[in-house]
Amino acid sequence: MPDYSILIEHWDLYMQGFLHTIKSSVLALIGSLLIGTVMAIFRIAPVRPLNWIGAAYVEFIRNIPLILIVFVFFVGLPALGIRLDSFTAGTLGLTVYTAAFIAEVIRAGILSVPKGQMEAARSSGLTYLQAMWHVILPQAIKIVIPPMGNQFINLVKNSSVLGVIAGLDLMYFGDLISSETFVTFDVYIFVAMFYLVLTIPLSLGVGALERRLARSR
Amino acid sequence: MDFIGAYSPVHFKFLLEGFAVTLEVAFISIALSFAIGIIVGILRYGQIPVVSHILAILVEVIRNLPLLLIIFFTYFALPEIGFKLDKLYAAILALVIFESAMLSEIVRSGLNSIEKGQIEAARSSGLTYLQTLWHIVLPQALRRMVPPIVGQFISLLKDTSLAVVIALPELMNHAQIINGRNVNYVIPIFLLVAIMYFVVNYSLSLLSRKLEYKHR
Repeated sequence: MPDYSILIEHWDLYMQGFLHTIKSSVLALIGSLLIGTVMAIFRIAPVRPLNWIGAAYVEFIRNIPLILIVFVFFVGLPALGIRLDSFTAGTLGLTVYTAAFIAEVIRAGILSVPKGQMEAARSSGLTYLQAMWHVILPQAIKIVIPPMGNQFINLVKNSSVLGVIAGLDLMYFGDLISSETFVTFDVYIFVAMFYLVLTIPLSLGVGALERRLARSR
Repeated sequence: MDFIGAYSPVHFKFLLEGFAVTLEVAFISIALSFAIGIIVGILRYGQIPVVSHILAILVEVIRNLPLLLIIFFTYFALPEIGFKLDKLYAAILALVIFESAMLSEIVRSGLNSIEKGQIEAARSSGLTYLQTLWHIVLPQALRRMVPPIVGQFISLLKDTSLAVVIALPELMNHAQIINGRNVNYVIPIFLLVAIMYFVVNYSLSLLSRKLEYKHR
């Protein structure tokens, strides 16, 4: 049995970490939804140079480690004279990384809307961007929600890299508490529980959505 | 920025040595995880009363934890209860625990994707349940599993970099050591390291796409 007095005595520190983990994940989700949507549209818009930019972003970022991107913000930018605090650097790294995966999810969603919809919208006088915004994206959203949920779960788990750069998240406070108490195993058992409190309900929810979507097809 | 200083032959050699460790750890981990993943996947697919349920809970818990946390456990927490592992084994153990859970899900959904009619046909032609699994279901399912497994291997190659927290001498760790020598090396070294990861992972993802296309 883990020693619950550690949890009770350090509750405030655990909560600080927990809230920063949530804050970082939510901010990175919003940021990566924005960048991801733009990159997805770049990849399929009928403009060649934009296609290249979108593809280059997605393929490059997806194939390098998250921690490298976080280090670029935390160690690389200061080398150029730009200094960010660790929470901001970590969250920006998470955003840039997750955006590449979200772009792919959104692209798949857009491509799943039948081509005729775009043609009909365009021939009724809408511009490409209007048709995308009013006709295609609303239909794509339904298909996109379950994989987006999976990306959010990954995001919550990935936010643990903030701990590597002292980014005030759960992992960071776990480290702090274990250096105060000289206990490692139990301290991290509670850290794990805090992560599961976030990720298990999310993955149950995503699973339910997936089954519902599969039935409605 | 000092590209010439950063890209000296000594640094190149040092980074390649790191990358060799990255690849070694990734290969060993994926091989072990594949073996465990197949067993766990089949046991869950077989819906054996108690066993399948326990495995389901274990897999769900592991899949929903950050890998970084599991690395902390195997390296920093296990010694507290009497299991002291060196960096290399702690990293491999953490990756195997995490990846086995991921791969068992791939195996299970691969098995589930085989139409039930085939199993019924095989059973009614006189094969036992295990024979059906071995000769009919598994060979077809394995072929469908190849692309997602390659995808998982790409994740694993990237995730190996998390072992930088326990100073495993892999690529990220070697990059950080060089960066520590001179701040002007930081950007050139990160660029080179990114290209190294990208070249290997992108080639793998092209291979995976080709395989996916072939099986359709």
